[in-house]
Order: sequence, then structure tokens, then C-alpha cells
Amino acid sequence: MKRREFITKTLPAGVLLPSLINGFSLKAFGASSLLSAMTSASEETDHVLVIIQLNGGNDGLNMVIPLQYYDNLMLARQNIILPQDKIIKLGNFSTGLHPKMTGLGDLYKDGKVQVIQSVGYPTPNFSHFRATDIWQSASDSNVQIQTGWAGRYLGEEFPNFPVGFPNTVMPDPLAIQIGSFLSPAFQGPVINMGMAISDPVNFYNLINGIQSPAPNTNAGKELTYIRQVSQQTQQYANVIKTAANKVKTQGVYPTGNALADQLKVVARLIGGGLKTRMYMVNIGGFDTHAGQVVANANDTGTHAVLLQKVSDAIKAFMDDLKLQGVSKRVAGMTFSEFGRRIKSNAGVGTDHGAAAPVIVFGDGIQGGVLGTNPVISDTTSVNDNIPMQYDFRSIYATLLEKWFCVDKTILQNVMFKNFQSLPIIQAGTNCLSTDIRTVNQESGQNLITNYPNPFSTRTTIKYQSKGGHVLIQVFNTMGKLITTLQDGIKTAGAYSVDFENRYYPPGVYYARLQNEELAQVRNMMIVR
Amino acid sequence: MALEVYKGSFGKNELTHLLKRCLFGVTRADVSSLLGKSLNEVVDYLLLDSSLPMFPINNYNDGSANDATIPAGGVWVNAPYGDGTINSRRVTSFKSWWTGQMLTQNVSLREKMVLFWHNHFATETAVISDARYIFKQNNLFRTLAFGSFKEMVKQITIDPGMLRYLNGYLNTKTAPDENYGRELQELFTMGKGPDAKFTEADVKAAARLLTGYRVDSVSITSIFDTTRHDTTDKQFSAFYNNKLIKGRIGVDGAKEVDDIVDMLFMQNQLALHVCRRLYTFFVYYDITPAVEQNVIIPLAEIFRTNNYQIKPVLKALFTSNDFFTAQNRSCNIKSPIDLVVGLCREFEIVFPDGLDYVNLYYMWDYIRGQASTIQQNIGDPPNVAGWPAYYQSPQFYELWVNSDTLPKRNSFTDRFISAGYTRNNKKIIIDPLVYTAKFSKPEDPDQLINDVIDHLYTLAVSAQVKTFLKSILLSNQASNIYWTEAWTNYKLDPTNTGKINIVTTRLKEFYKYIMNLEEYQLS
Repeated sequence: MKRREFITKTLPAGVLLPSLINGFSLKAFGASSLLSAMTSASEETDHVLVIIQLNGGNDGLNMVIPLQYYDNLMLARQNIILPQDKIIKLGNFSTGLHPKMTGLGDLYKDGKVQVIQSVGYPTPNFSHFRATDIWQSASDSNVQIQTGWAGRYLGEEFPNFPVGFPNTVMPDPLAIQIGSFLSPAFQGPVINMGMAISDPVNFYNLINGIQSPAPNTNAGKELTYIRQVSQQTQQYANVIKTAANKVKTQGVYPTGNALADQLKVVARLIGGGLKTRMYMVNIGGFDTHAGQVVANANDTGTHAVLLQKVSDAIKAFMDDLKLQGVSKRVAGMTFSEFGRRIKSNAGVGTDHGAAAPVIVFGDGIQGGVLGTNPVISDTTSVNDNIPMQYDFRSIYATLLEKWFCVDKTILQNVMFKNFQSLPIIQAGTNCLSTDIRTVNQESGQNLITNYPNPFSTRTTIKYQSKGGHVLIQVFNTMGKLITTLQDGIKTAGAYSVDFENRYYPPGVYYARLQNEELAQVRNMMIVR
Repeated sequence: MALEVYKGSFGKNELTHLLKRCLFGVTRADVSSLLGKSLNEVVDYLLLDSSLPMFPINNYNDGSANDATIPAGGVWVNAPYGDGTINSRRVTSFKSWWTGQMLTQNVSLREKMVLFWHNHFATETAVISDARYIFKQNNLFRTLAFGSFKEMVKQITIDPGMLRYLNGYLNTKTAPDENYGRELQELFTMGKGPDAKFTEADVKAAARLLTGYRVDSVSITSIFDTTRHDTTDKQFSAFYNNKLIKGRIGVDGAKEVDDIVDMLFMQNQLALHVCRRLYTFFVYYDITPAVEQNVIIPLAEIFRTNNYQIKPVLKALFTSNDFFTAQNRSCNIKSPIDLVVGLCREFEIVFPDGLDYVNLYYMWDYIRGQASTIQQNIGDPPNVAGWPAYYQSPQFYELWVNSDTLPKRNSFTDRFISAGYTRNNKKIIIDPLVYTAKFSKPEDPDQLINDVIDHLYTLAVSAQVKTFLKSILLSNQASNIYWTEAWTNYKLDPTNTGKINIVTTRLKEFYKYIMNLEEYQLS
């Protein structure tokens, strides 16, 4: 259901419409912007997003396993593949979780976890640093953007920050990084919108005294920067301490788990009432070129330990939030700069790859698996990558729109483009959402097919539109966008479009359909 | 366009600026020993070659663990690995020793260059996990600190620690591992700039070319295994002028490293990338189009025409007008290492004697740990790109200072002016009396404040700040005479506890405040 339909059909007109009629059109102020329109304040929401960064490039195929292609996966990565009988099955989906992720499996059963399949972006970059920058800035692959997506959002919401902050509307830090380095994701248009803390209790008090004027040189710029940090530290020290001290007991967290330690601090601050909207935590070590598993005990080893830490930490965090009665306020997501290659290497590891699953969790999340399993062929070659099914920026855009109630015009400023909205958030939260069931019902059908396949000169791609915007893209196995065959509105019905082989090298190509919240990928083969 | 040479006066301020960028903190003796010499003389002096220091030793034998082959006090760097139980102690010994090299550095650019190279060819001890390889790599950086960059690239490519860190030792013809082939281009030579247009295919070709190396853990060297080397030809992209490197058979396969290095060094991007890295490390991070045009491009030209020797580039950089322009003074936010080692050096903190090497190494390691707490753990940068402060746009050095680390920085300086650090009844601490007594006229508070600011800061401070600082020395009394009397009384009766306390308490507050002011974070 479209937002506009929802408003007109279901909201009791007497409650909301009079203030809307007062000179404002529905288009300019969707439901989510209502409070902002009435109060001229920032968006009113008590929602929190916790972002878990998995540094190094997480092997998505070893975390979320496409069980329906297990045999082909065995051919591609025999030396690291998980024993089939140990994999945790996700409901009725032919999809499984790593055996060590029991905590996450339990949350899944409770309907609090959504696995989003094959998340990536066109023409992926295989360098850790550039790929991380792309995920944090939410830029296109070939565009350099120096601000972070979260920073841009907070910059739209609190355009004057840091001048005049903290204030009564926003007494707390806008975003908090647990650890000592501020994430580039929080880099706003002018200043980094986040603050870094590692231990909220022993906050060191700074002096605050007389200052010399800053010279008009680079030194002056840096001096001013350090002074700003110094002032922020001072200003937020008390609210953070106060919030931390309000929480007297917390749930049980695993020990020897740095991610759990970080999430424990986050839970404490949320439980203590901070209005901070975003938290960033991270865990490293996912760059498993070699020694990803212990040979012949493939459910153990480096990657298993990491995934267990992630799973245990999230479970403990969710339990703690529930204990503190704040779980409804919190949504979380994981991300890593890329997935890894389908085929494993001889060093019992995997090289840099492309798309990988993203896990979102929380009380307000629609539980389930979004999207179809990536197709694993029986002839995987060393350069084959998982093609993207969902653009990672669709997840950001959805969370901003449906979780933080950001309206479309602001969303455009933050995300630069109009990204596909996904059924992640449950209907019935403050903002509105499509139902994941619709998507999954539709995903049972082959919405995109091609014939002939394999082909040498030309193939015809047939697809279904349920109405609305349709995008048909063709990617190669490196994820490079080869061509866009369709990009526009298509009324409901069946369509076809030809894809011509313009001297492309033989091999696998992916045709991707995106129709509103639906996305499907079709494997095509070019032969000589 | 040639690089503009600095023609202005070279007085105490300019000398201090140069030394603060080239050393970890500057002692007053460092300045006075070189004051009066010309800029050229000073830079030549900083770039003098010198012999290698004594190697790290076994400081770690104790009741719970003993090195099976190396006695206490003995050099372990070539010893057998053993059963692995002693390795982590050796790593700590190495890190302590390295910190010690910085703390006891001569007036030479060498130690700062070692850190520069470590950040450039970044590896992590936690991954290499053999202290002998780690030391060997560090020794390579020290040996070639001002030497040939081309030689450095060749050696680091087959360096045992690097082979292990970036999986080169697993890179075989049947299972190429692209890790090193990628970083060799992306980080070590070409960079990631818009004009570094090497391709994924180049990464793969480089990976295939570099197949065949293994590490011999007995001799601590790399060995070339012909059976694992891909002997087919390697085709590079148009970025490398479609260079085809012919596959070499047998032991000759090892020479393909020379072939690829020759190819890389044909690219102009290489010199530009290294010069940008040097500029970012030693001058400022904002490489504007004007800096690129007037500094980076001429420096790169010098680099190329000098056959990739580093010394002429450093000489040119540190004698350039750009280095001394007011715009670029004091704008380097001190790295954690610069802050903690610098504090120890500039306050001339006394460490245990070398004969008491157990305690000396512990103290060195404590200093290392302090830098680690504020995000610079030498030997273990966050990843192969080194510390984000040297590459992460747009914040760069500013990343060192945030709402978590700034309080910790202040906490560190506070500790060294208050309680210091004590272990085994040995203490390292700033002695404010000894430090103050070495100034020309400590009894005159105005003069003392000027001298201290000149030494510890590179930025001037306002009269208002000086007044505030003086109010600390004077305990808010109105006249200088109160301080002058207190100091004079102490000097006349230097063992009198009461008189010592009067000046000590004021001096401690005074120095604490000076180090808490944001100016202290800049160099």
C-alpha cells in the first residue's frame, strides 16, 4: 500500500486532517512530517538505530546459506562448507543460518530478525577502504562523497549542529560511536555529527577556560576543531553520565566478546533515556583470505567464532533491551563492506566478493527472509560473484523513511536518489510499511525469465509488472552494470525486452528486475 | 615548475618548527645544539646516516616463562621460534624496544621515517605473529629509512612478515591470492587517486606474477618455490601501457618481482603518491590544487630524477618555502606517539638505567600502551592502510582527537605532571623543578611563561592566557614578587620540603594547564 493511500484510507480524518488543511498539502507533509510541521522542531521520534559494522568483508555464504543450492555450493567451496545437518533452518525458507548463530536463530523464531538476501550495489568495488567508504557515504560506486549517509540525515534534522547544541529539544548527542574513532558514516555536511565514547561512567572532565584567538591559518583550523571537541565533551559528559547511572541492572552479556561489550554500553544509554538516534559499533577480523575454518571441522574456526560473537552479542542486547522496557524503540542492522567470492581458495579461505546478506533485527522488524536465495550454479568459476538483489541504499532509505519518519523530500537530499522501499519495518509502527508477506508471495513466482538461455546473439527477457516503477538491469559476474534495459513506469501486466549480445565475453550474466519493493535476479548464459 | 626554496630567516622559531616535525618532541638541548646553523646544514644533519641500534633483548624471562634458547639480556631476533609460548613476550619486547628507540632518538629524522614506513607498508604483529619477522621488517625500515624506495618495494614484496601478513606465502599458481597484488598497487605504489587507473585485471595479473614465495621460519627469509610459481605471461592493462611481463621458468621466476617493480616505477603516479604521503605526514593533509601543482609535482620530479632515492626528496621538502610558510606551521595534530614520546622527551623524563633493562623495557612498554589507549598501537595499525589519520578524508589528523580521545590525552598529560607511573619502585614522572630550573630566569614569572610557551607550543598565546597562567604561579596574588620570592627561597634552601612544596604545587598546576590547553595538541 502506498503511503498516500494509507493516509486517506485509514487515518481518522478528524484527528489529523484539520492541521493538514491549514494551508499545507498532503504531498508536502506526509504523515511522518506532521509533528515537524506543527512544532517547527526536528522530527519527533524516539526510535533508535544501532549499526553493527563487520569490518573486513563478511563471507555471507557462510552466514546465510542457500540450502536449495547446497550441492552446488559443495562443488564451489568443498573445503569450507558447513555440514548440512548442522545448519539452522530459517522457517519454511530454503535458507539457513550458520550453526553457531543460535542466538540469532532464536530471535528469528520470535519474528525479530529479517535476513535480506544479496545486498550490494552496481559495479562493486573490491578494495576494503573504498568499499567501506561507499557503504558509509552511500554513494554510487564511481562517485566520491565526503559525507556519511547518517551524517547527512542528522544534518537535515539538526542543521545548526553544533552551534546551539545541546538544547532542550535535543539535549543528547545526535549519534554515538562506541570506541574511539568516529565513523565516517556520521560525517555531516559541516562537522561529524557523532561523538565517540568508550566508557560512559568514567568520563573525564575537561577544563574550560580562557582562550587565545585562533590564527587564520591551518593551525587555526585545527585549534578550533580541537576546541569544539573539547566543548562537546564537556557539554555531553553530564547527560551521558546521568543516563548511564540511571540503569542499575543490565541483562547478562557474554564475556570475551568485544561486540557484546559495546552493545552493553549502547543498551545502557538507551535504557537511561538518551534521545540519541544512532549508535555505531563494530567488530573486525572478517577478512578471511586464509584459515576461515578449521579444516575438516568447518563449523569451527575464525569465521565461526566471529559469527557466534555477533549472534551472541545481538541476542544479549535484545534481551537486555526487553528487560529495560525499551526494546520497541530499537532497530539494528549489520553491514560489511562486501561479501566474499563464491568459490573458496586453497588456503581454506575466500577472496573479496560482492553482494552479501544484511541482517536487521528488532521488535519492529518484520521477521523472515527477504528475497530469494542467490543462485549457485554447478560450474562456479573463481571469479564468479553473488549478484546484487537489493541495493544497500534501499535499506538505508527504508530505515530513514519508515523507522525515522523522514519525508520524501528530505530523503532525496540524504540519499541523492529515489531508492526502492523495502518491507523491513512492521506495519503499525509510527511510520508505514509494506508487508513482507506480499513480497514473499510474489517472490514464489518467476517474475523475470529469458529465452533462449543459454544464448549467443540475443535473448528475450520477459517480466511481470505489478504496476509502478520497473527497473531491468544486466550485470556481469563482477557486478559491473552492463546495461539498463528498462527504467520507468509500467502498468500491471506482462512485458518483454530484448537483450543483445554486443560482443560480451561468454559466461554468466544476471538480469535484475526491480518493481517497487520486489526484486528478482535471473541467471543468463552467453555462449559462443 | 621547480619547488620554491625557503629564503626567509632561519631563527629559533623556524628551527623549532623543523625539529618538532622531524623528531618526537624537542628538548631544549636539541634546539641549542643546532641554533645558529643554516637551514641546509640542519637538514643535512637530520638526514645523516648512522649505524643501527642494539637489537631488542630478552627482558621477559621470569618465574612463569623462560626463553628456551636465549638467556635473559640476550638478543632474540635470530633465535628459533621454539614452541610458540615465548612469542608474545618477544613481540612485547620488540614493541617496548621500538618505543625506546624513539624515546632515545638522536637528532635525526630516522625514527620518524621508520614510523612513516610502518604506516605506509602497514602490517600487524597480531597477524604476522612471529616476533622475528616483525623485527626484521622494522629493521628494514630503519636500514632503508632514507634510502632507495625502489629497493624498499622490492624487499618488502618478499619480506617474510609481509608475505605472511598479506597471504603472499599462500599465493600459488593453483590458488592465486590477490591480497598483496592489490595492496602493492592500491596502497604502496600507485595509490587510490583518480588517476591511478589500474584495473582488477592488473590485480589478478600481479597476484599470478607474485606466486611461488614461501617463508622459511628457520632462516627467517623468503624462499622461492618454482613448483608454485605461475610461469605463464602476465598481461597488464592500458594504465601500464599494456605491459606484457613474460613468464619466467624455474628459479628465474623470482626475477619477475624485478619486472613488476620496473613496470610500477615507470608510472608517474608512483612518485606523486609517495610525495603526497610524505606531505600529509610531515606538513599538512589538505593537498589543495595549488599544493599539488607547486609542491607535489616538483617533489615527484625530484624523486624520479634521483632514481627514487628518498633523501633528496626529504631534503627538498624540509628546505621548501611551503614547509615554512605561516599557513603550515603548528597545524599538525600530534599523533598519539608524538604526544606521549614527545612529552617524555621534551620534559626530559628520566627512565631506569640500561643495566636495569627489565624495568627499562617495562617503562618503555608503558609509554607504548599510553599511545595505544589513544588509538595508535605501534606494530598494530587498524589494517593494511595504516592509521586513518593519514588517509581518511576529510578529517585526517582530526581523527586523532575526538570526545573519547581528547579526555584521555588530557588524562595522560595530567598523570605525568601529577602521580607519574610507578612499577617495581621505579617511577617515571615530570620533575617540574628540574625542568623549570633549566630556563634562563625561572624566578621571573613573565620570562618563565614566555620560555615555556616557546618550548612547548609552536603557537603564540594571548596576553589574557599569559595573565591566567601567571595567576596560577602567583596564586592570584597581584605582584610578580610572590613567585620570585618563592622560587628564590627554594633555590637558597633546595632541600627544604616546605619550600619545595610551595613551588612544586604551583608549577604542577601551571604545567597541567598548559598541557590541557588545546595548543599543546598541535605541532
